[in-house]
Amino acid sequence: MTTSSADAARGMPLSAVALHAGRASGTVLHLDTPLSFWGGTDHDGTIIDAHHPQRGQSVTDRVLVMRAGRGSSSSSYVLAEQLRQQRGPAAIVLAERDAIVVLGAIVARELYGSDMPVALITEDELAALPTGLNVTVDCSTDHGSITAAR
Amino acid sequence: MNDPAGATLQLTPDERSMLDGEQGDGIAMAMRVVVGLARVHEAPRLVEIESAHIDGCLFHGQSGLDFASRLVDLGATVRVPTTLNVGSIDLLHPGTVRNQTPAEQEVSLGGRALMEAYLAMGARATWTCAPYQLDARPGLGVNVAWAESNAIAFCNSVLGARTDRYGDFLDICAAITGRAPFAGLHTDEARLGDVLVDVTAIPDRVLCGDLAGPLLGYLVGSRVGTANPVLVGMPTETTEDTLKAFGAAAASSGGVAMFHVVGVTPEAATVDVAFGGRPPTETITLTSDDLVQARRELTTASEGRLDVVSVGTPHASIDEIASLAALLANGSAIAAGVDFYVSTGRSVWALAQERGHAEVLATHGVHVVTDTCTYVTSILRPQARVAMTNSGKWAHYAPGNLGVDVVMASLRECVESARAGRVVIDDDELR
Repeated sequence: MTTSSADAARGMPLSAVALHAGRASGTVLHLDTPLSFWGGTDHDGTIIDAHHPQRGQSVTDRVLVMRAGRGSSSSSYVLAEQLRQQRGPAAIVLAERDAIVVLGAIVARELYGSDMPVALITEDELAALPTGLNVTVDCSTDHGSITAAR
Repeated sequence: MNDPAGATLQLTPDERSMLDGEQGDGIAMAMRVVVGLARVHEAPRLVEIESAHIDGCLFHGQSGLDFASRLVDLGATVRVPTTLNVGSIDLLHPGTVRNQTPAEQEVSLGGRALMEAYLAMGARATWTCAPYQLDARPGLGVNVAWAESNAIAFCNSVLGARTDRYGDFLDICAAITGRAPFAGLHTDEARLGDVLVDVTAIPDRVLCGDLAGPLLGYLVGSRVGTANPVLVGMPTETTEDTLKAFGAAAASSGGVAMFHVVGVTPEAATVDVAFGGRPPTETITLTSDDLVQARRELTTASEGRLDVVSVGTPHASIDEIASLAALLANGSAIAAGVDFYVSTGRSVWALAQERGHAEVLATHGVHVVTDTCTYVTSILRPQARVAMTNSGKWAHYAPGNLGVDVVMASLRECVESARAGRVVIDDDELR
């Protein structure tokens, strides 16, 4: 893994608060608006919310970057279902402390051994993670990091 | 992570022992979930809870059943009195929930197994979204862990007991450990009012009618989101049924988990007390015209043939069932082609049987649904197109969940429309 000048310009690597432990790499899917897993995605990980700008895209194996989750506590259930069927995101990066997202991640680890990290960065730092960027999200300690992956 | 409790969260020796597995693997698993959430909320400590209300017993998919089954297998049981919200099937009235398609059969089988798993952990077979209608109601200032948005709003606002917004998975873990993160609505600060809602311009006659609760709740939830509204101008005789309907609608159109009604609810003796001396962030004034407009927004079919009437969301109280029986007793039969449902808890239904209301409802062809609800599982016949309800919550969710058009109406309008076989509503009730 190297830190290129382009990464440096974007502020990479980022330090992050580990909201949920885990380590994963993947390609960023940066959501323009918050997403409710319940009613907003199906069990296969496809965004189905008719009002969401990224409708039709899949969260499966992506590093999902969004300011926050949205909506009902049943979203924990849907996220856990996706992770059970290995259709969930590789990692989630948020700018708010979203308990509903983390709860889905905790349940999936307890039941299915999921290793999907949830990382917290600042709202300003979200811009450093555009769709298509390959990154590693490491929340294996409290002081997490997001680095460019090859 | 080396220390799942993290640096800021302080655990007591007993809590540490639960987390470390000294009290069993099931308790340890539940404690990992509670501690994981406490970290997200940056809670300084956990809080002991005196009761729990569980919403995880409604079947949404395999992971919910896997979770409950794992806890059962690890020997977990609840350590505080625990009530259960609705499940996916009506255990007292087999045949109420449809069981024909493969999807319906999956819900029926999984739903029953899920309900049994929660009973195996020692929770009470209450199966109601209105646990505040049961014998055990937590008192003012008592910390509890309740799930289900209408129950959360009622618990905080009307009982003055303290719960944050809990949901599936965390609810049972709080019941097993007897702990919840000390955060959110467990703290004094988070319970104070944010937004002032002035309803003094609406006549008391309307505010005491059964449309006031759901329509005001819908309006206020849409406007305040997750903030705490403070209502001024509600009559002192405002009933718990009105407050129930208000909270359920406000938690559906918005995310209200705590509201105050000055002179009525226990943490709002005065406006100043409700706001803790702070100024409101915003003042909203509502009129009868707003109520008429709210009914229009919740109504997707305003005239024509009626297929279904559904009342009792949240579950009907004994007073509401008595009102329905009284309305039905004085008049003609329900029209052929209209299915009339009332959803209620099994304990309230037992009381309705004792008091003779059940017989009146049966004579007039009303179907009772217990243990579940008409909008969360497959009960309506698939051909049903237009449904009337007196619930703002049902009106909010049914078009999406069930694919029906909805008419929002008072209980009297529900009965009159059911008799006529078509929609009969009158906005003069709101002026």
